[in-house]
Amino acid sequence: MSNVTVTPGRSAQTPLTPGREGRDGGRDRRPRKPINTQFRTAVSPHQLNTTHGRIIYWTVLVITVVSFTAAFVFPLYWMITGAMKSTEELNSIPPTFLPTHFSLDGYLQAWDLLELGRLLGNTALYAGGAWLLTLAFDVSAAYALSKLRPVLGKVVLALMLSTLMIPPLVIMLPAYLTVKDVPFFHWDLLNTPWAIWLPAAANGFNVFLLKRFFDSIPRELLEAAEIDGASPGRILWSVVMPISRPILGVVSILTVVNVWRDFVWPLLVLPDSDKMSISIGIASLSSQMPQNVLVASLVIASIPTIVVFFIFQRHIMAGLTAGSLKG
Amino acid sequence: MTTASIPVTNRRRRQPSKLRRSVRRNLTAYGFLCGALICFAFFSWYPMVRQVILSFQKTNFVDAPEWVGLKNFRTVFSDPAFAPAWINTAMFTLLALLCGYVIPFITAIVLNELRHARAYLRFVVYLPVMLPPAVGVLLFQWFYNPDYGLFNQVLGFFHLPGLQWLNSSGTALISLVIVSTWMNMGSGTLIYLAALQTIPSELYEAAELDGAGLFKRIRHITIPQTKLILLVMLLLQIVATMQVFIEPYLLTGGGPENSTVTVVYLMYQYAFNFGSLNAGNALGLMLMLVLMVFSAIYLRVSRDNTV
Repeated sequence: MSNVTVTPGRSAQTPLTPGREGRDGGRDRRPRKPINTQFRTAVSPHQLNTTHGRIIYWTVLVITVVSFTAAFVFPLYWMITGAMKSTEELNSIPPTFLPTHFSLDGYLQAWDLLELGRLLGNTALYAGGAWLLTLAFDVSAAYALSKLRPVLGKVVLALMLSTLMIPPLVIMLPAYLTVKDVPFFHWDLLNTPWAIWLPAAANGFNVFLLKRFFDSIPRELLEAAEIDGASPGRILWSVVMPISRPILGVVSILTVVNVWRDFVWPLLVLPDSDKMSISIGIASLSSQMPQNVLVASLVIASIPTIVVFFIFQRHIMAGLTAGSLKG
Repeated sequence: MTTASIPVTNRRRRQPSKLRRSVRRNLTAYGFLCGALICFAFFSWYPMVRQVILSFQKTNFVDAPEWVGLKNFRTVFSDPAFAPAWINTAMFTLLALLCGYVIPFITAIVLNELRHARAYLRFVVYLPVMLPPAVGVLLFQWFYNPDYGLFNQVLGFFHLPGLQWLNSSGTALISLVIVSTWMNMGSGTLIYLAALQTIPSELYEAAELDGAGLFKRIRHITIPQTKLILLVMLLLQIVATMQVFIEPYLLTGGGPENSTVTVVYLMYQYAFNFGSLNAGNALGLMLMLVLMVFSAIYLRVSRDNTV
């Protein structure tokens, strides 16, 4: 099967539309800028470019843009500005659309009261370690299963993929007990980063994505390296990893974002308030905070993932469709 | 797809070395595998097995565990919250499907027709998915506040009476569904959008020549062409929404009057607040069996139709 491909966004191929003249469905029969019909969809291109069709098209477009903005951007705007309002202002009826005076006090208070610096640092530690461990373990496992093909390799793969069938929340209690008292070793991993890192590496979906990508690497390439005397480890590091950059990017971002967003698992295994991740820290203190401080902490907590999304939008969307479209 | 097809060159002469090579290759392979194997064994496979075992035991981690048969299940069954938990979970799943399954598909169809602002719309619809769930839920907790929350303010703006949202057993569950849909509909929308873009345009042209109108084209081309992904998403979404936990945990604590208690929430309560871990396990096992049915169908569907 093929590797992960980024779904071609149409906007990328859409030629730049010329100027804006002719937008007013002119009755003087000036040549109007036609709506791009390069891609045939359910609506017929001919209908789309009739006067009637254009009116409907622009109406739908405006409604969609407005309602999406209202539904998905406005709550975020309300959150960001809400954190700048005082408690009295938050309670006032009717609400103020803009904060009466611009102040970042809510944010500063949130940073101090909730010790967000520490919470963010903890979460970064969990996400970073999980990323390294996941890459190390899952990449080498997928490489072994795909290219070295040991005895019982197929069984191992099937067992790893079978974990995808069991939702993680359902086995959270026994997993919690395992972390509390690791069999044979009798380590108590509660409140240590290992409680996040090790289970994060047991990710069947990562192994699946990586193995499928490695399967698509031509054998000859690896055999050439082998003839040159490269060891399997060297081949993995110098041949396989460099050509697998796209899939490594997808797996990395999925891992980091998942650990960052996770709630239930850190809630169970990191009960100590010094060790909490950002989501748990905020949630545990949410009822004791004034509303504007709480909202400010929510804004700060969402900045990292939103920034990641801005930067790695393509990878994230590729990972999203890779999993489900070609499952 | 056969394992280890060793090229048949002049290697037959050196039989012992071939065996040694094979042993070495296997050792190396398991060397590469060991890290992942240990993680999977401890944190995935063993807990699965232990889930079953613990359901039939009584453990207090001081004395040796004791087999108690179905006692844990009886404890759970006799809990007055047991039936509400399952009913609420089923209702939540149903409502979340009505909103979170139908709306993204319609949205995707509309987005697919638009030629402007595509990047913006795709970005915006996925924004809530990127927020940590705790942030989204706590944000809505504020919006739902009957006195100064955004929703009642908006209702007041239109001179409509405010609602009690989370505080009334009539609206609490649907309030949770709204949060969940808001947070999750982005991924569904983008997946459907990707699927819609794979539909060959000739099909629409042919249907148009045959005189099919817009809705007929959607009904007879769009939906059949995306049938597989629709089915897969349905199953995945059932499995995901049946595990609803964070919304009741943070917003309602299962109340008012058990109207939002869900199975996973009850399971958490048994383990960490009622001090009866094994009853929680029994509940978890029941949910696991239910979800495995859906997972099995999902696997069946996606294997029979490998894209």
